[in-house]
Amino acid sequence: MTEADKPGQKQDRGRLCIDGEECKGCGLCIEACPPRVIAMSEPLNHYGYRTAIYAGAGCTGCGVCFMACPEPGAITVYRLVNAPGPGARSAQVAVEEASACAGS
Amino acid sequence: MPTESAGEYAPVQSRARSFYGRYERKEDLEHQTHFCPGCGHGIVHKMIARAIDDLGVQDRTIMVGPVGCGVFTYYYFDVGNVQAAHGRAPAVATAIKRSRPESIVIGYQGDGDLSAIGAAEILHAANRGENITVVFVNNAIYSMTGGQAAPTTLVGMKSTTTPNGRNAATEGYPLHVCELLSTLQAPAYIERVGLGDNKQIWQAARAIRRALANQVHGLGFSLIEVLSPCPTIWKMTPVEAQRWVRGVMENEFRLGVFCDRTNERAVSADLRPVTPDPALDDLPRILGVARERLPGSEAQAFTPGREIDLEVRIAGFGGQGVLLLGEVLAEAGLDAGLEVSWLPSYGPEMRSGTSNCHVRLSRHAIDSPLVASPVVLVAMNEPSLRKFDRSVRSGGWVIYNGREFPADCARDGLNVLARPFTELADELGEKRAANMVMLGALLEITGVLPQASIDHALARLVKNPRWVELDQRALARGRELYQGSREG
Amino acid sequence: MRRQLMKGNEAIIKSAILAGCRAFYGYPITPASEIAEAAAEFMPKTGGVYVQAESEVAAVNMLYGAASAGVRAMTASSGPGISLMQEGISYMAGAELPCVIADITRAGPGLGNIGAEQADYHQVVKGGGHGNYRTLVLAPNSVQEMADLTALAFELADRYRNPVFILADGFIGQMMEPVEFPETATPTQLPEWAVAGTAASRGNLISSLELDFDKLEKHILALEAKYRIACHRETRAEEWMTADAEIVLVGYGIVARILKAVTAEARAAGIKVGVLRPITLYPFPVAQFQRLALSAQVFAVVEMSTGQLIEDVKLALNGLRPVQFLSRVGGNVPSHNEVLALVRELARRAPAAPAREEERVANAY
Repeated sequence: MTEADKPGQKQDRGRLCIDGEECKGCGLCIEACPPRVIAMSEPLNHYGYRTAIYAGAGCTGCGVCFMACPEPGAITVYRLVNAPGPGARSAQVAVEEASACAGS
Repeated sequence: MPTESAGEYAPVQSRARSFYGRYERKEDLEHQTHFCPGCGHGIVHKMIARAIDDLGVQDRTIMVGPVGCGVFTYYYFDVGNVQAAHGRAPAVATAIKRSRPESIVIGYQGDGDLSAIGAAEILHAANRGENITVVFVNNAIYSMTGGQAAPTTLVGMKSTTTPNGRNAATEGYPLHVCELLSTLQAPAYIERVGLGDNKQIWQAARAIRRALANQVHGLGFSLIEVLSPCPTIWKMTPVEAQRWVRGVMENEFRLGVFCDRTNERAVSADLRPVTPDPALDDLPRILGVARERLPGSEAQAFTPGREIDLEVRIAGFGGQGVLLLGEVLAEAGLDAGLEVSWLPSYGPEMRSGTSNCHVRLSRHAIDSPLVASPVVLVAMNEPSLRKFDRSVRSGGWVIYNGREFPADCARDGLNVLARPFTELADELGEKRAANMVMLGALLEITGVLPQASIDHALARLVKNPRWVELDQRALARGRELYQGSREG
Repeated sequence: MRRQLMKGNEAIIKSAILAGCRAFYGYPITPASEIAEAAAEFMPKTGGVYVQAESEVAAVNMLYGAASAGVRAMTASSGPGISLMQEGISYMAGAELPCVIADITRAGPGLGNIGAEQADYHQVVKGGGHGNYRTLVLAPNSVQEMADLTALAFELADRYRNPVFILADGFIGQMMEPVEFPETATPTQLPEWAVAGTAASRGNLISSLELDFDKLEKHILALEAKYRIACHRETRAEEWMTADAEIVLVGYGIVARILKAVTAEARAAGIKVGVLRPITLYPFPVAQFQRLALSAQVFAVVEMSTGQLIEDVKLALNGLRPVQFLSRVGGNVPSHNEVLALVRELARRAPAAPAREEERVANAY
């Protein structure tokens, strides 16, 4: 559980999961990430690649890293949904927003 | 203000359903692609898979894979997969789509595959307006074979086959596929996109989705060219390669929409008639081979018991009706219950120069349809006579279209009927009927066929009633000529 | 009820459609163009597809696509076009796709001319494409056989999932003879391996690519095993007056018709001659040759090429009997009298000393 998940604190709008065995460490997601919350790991993975890792906080759930990544399933992007209050939105709305934002 | 209760996280970007979860067709490393780190192919694959998901066409989709780095589309896409020969994906896709119009057919090609060896196939698939979607990944190089020059290689760019850089004077200029294809009238949608930065990437995803949607809506041929990084062969880091797409490739290959006829097509696609396939039982009738369709003329019982083995050679100039004369003879023979064969000389002779055919009529199965030694030679001019007169069997006949039979062609045992048949036909009102006057003489001389069979044959082969009437008079005139020659 | 007078090339298409063929992809070439013309007329009327491709290369790859989608499909061409199609034929054999290809042979090499020849034997029977594969080859010698063997070709193509050739010459394609067709049409079926754009076929793959050496070897050996089964089951030949023949004439296509005429005349003169006509050129009717070698003294191959069929005849006989040779090429046909002269000469020598092999190319001496 990250800091952001703790009750009573402001939750990040997004969250990122990177599969360290599928990632080849090309770094395109690091270059692409608008809030700069992805970095390269120091340790090598099972196949000898340094891989992208999520900094653990600050993801906006925009999905840009996913689109920049050449591997089909190395990155999964989550978005905060059903949060009470003005930030609430469905997953579908969230992804459409993200597309519109990055493509504009 | 932050709220007290936590919201939930839902995946908004994840592996597309149209990808396999594990790549079991790969030899090993089934959890990742075979592409090099930073390769644009994977990014394009994801855009296609997402578009298939979004349009809900996974079950209907057939991916036609290329030769090159994109060859293993079937490792990844959980759709129907057909792997094509180098450059031929548009031809393969054409046939799949034509025979399975409900399927969604995607051609995936690289720049060597599409713009070099497959240049003809993509041009003509586009020009036919095939309702397929082509994704063209352009990285300006042959990557899988190790970095040879492609038609899309930039001027000055080094490759293993342009070691000093592409020289426009000897190797020409980069081929602009979108610009070329957009001169055609048939394509529905052609756009070039890039993978040079976030903005380009999202535009590329939209374009690919649109190209696929066009097919789903039946709008016609769509092609998306994607400027794509190849860090390995370009000898750059993935990030450098991405920047090179944006900073260098894009200058040579302008991004944008080159052709968009989707609005006009959206109307016409709805108006296209749908004709159901004919019933199986109807096929013989449609093909004209249903047996009941044929006139049920019984074998004509004429001169029963008489041995018939008529071997005829008919020769003349193209346009004199040589082949038709033979055809009427053979058709009438068949009508009369005989075995028949008709064999033409074919080729350029059909269009000009000499023409001849072999016709055999027999009570028995015909061994050779080639008439080496005819019983009757119908020679419609002197060159044809001189070509074949020596081959006529002793005791046989020459029906010659000429007032005088050349003396040096005459020999013992050769029967001759020489008349100016063309002039005689002209007197009947049509000199082109000379062939039928000569056929009339042949029928009278040989006596092997009843008039009813000739009538049937003419009815079947000559569609214009005026000509049937004329041909009948011509045949009668020919018969008279032979009778007259006997009396004379 | 009676037969119809029809060109061989037209009979091919009508028979194909009745046999369930629903796609034709072709490119015009003399003397095969009537096949494409008939397809253009009848395919759309019968629920099929006709496309005139931009080249024979495209045509054969369209065939690959149609076959992948589980459709009975065919094309037709002649020597130069068949040369271009070899790429796709190899791919189809490798991917185990059925199709029917009619080669209405013309004279080569190069542009040659449009006269009839049988010089495509090697590129069709031995395979002109790359890799370890074979095509099944049927050689009609009449218009009726053009129809019958086309229907058989589709059956064999599906049975063995392999390209099947109709190898005919310009004469067989261009001539008209009486022909009759089946009264009912064969229903189309969707093979379970096809990629048809359906949920059921989604997991299917058509490919000739196999990176793993051992797996590719296994695949090639599986193809070979398939061809061996075809050799056992599908060999066809016609024998005519061979029961007591001392001289066996060998030829296919139009040549076989001439051989029959010669045999009839020679038999009338008391010469014991017969005809062995391979109907399948691959698989080759080896057993028939070996059986006739027990009774016949000499074999004479007559062909419209400078010696292609004769190689298979010699392999089949394996030295059991001498093989004579008569050939005409360039668009010429061995004449009745040329063949008859050969038969008479062989009869004069037999049975005393027929052992010496001679090859004669007419007009060559």
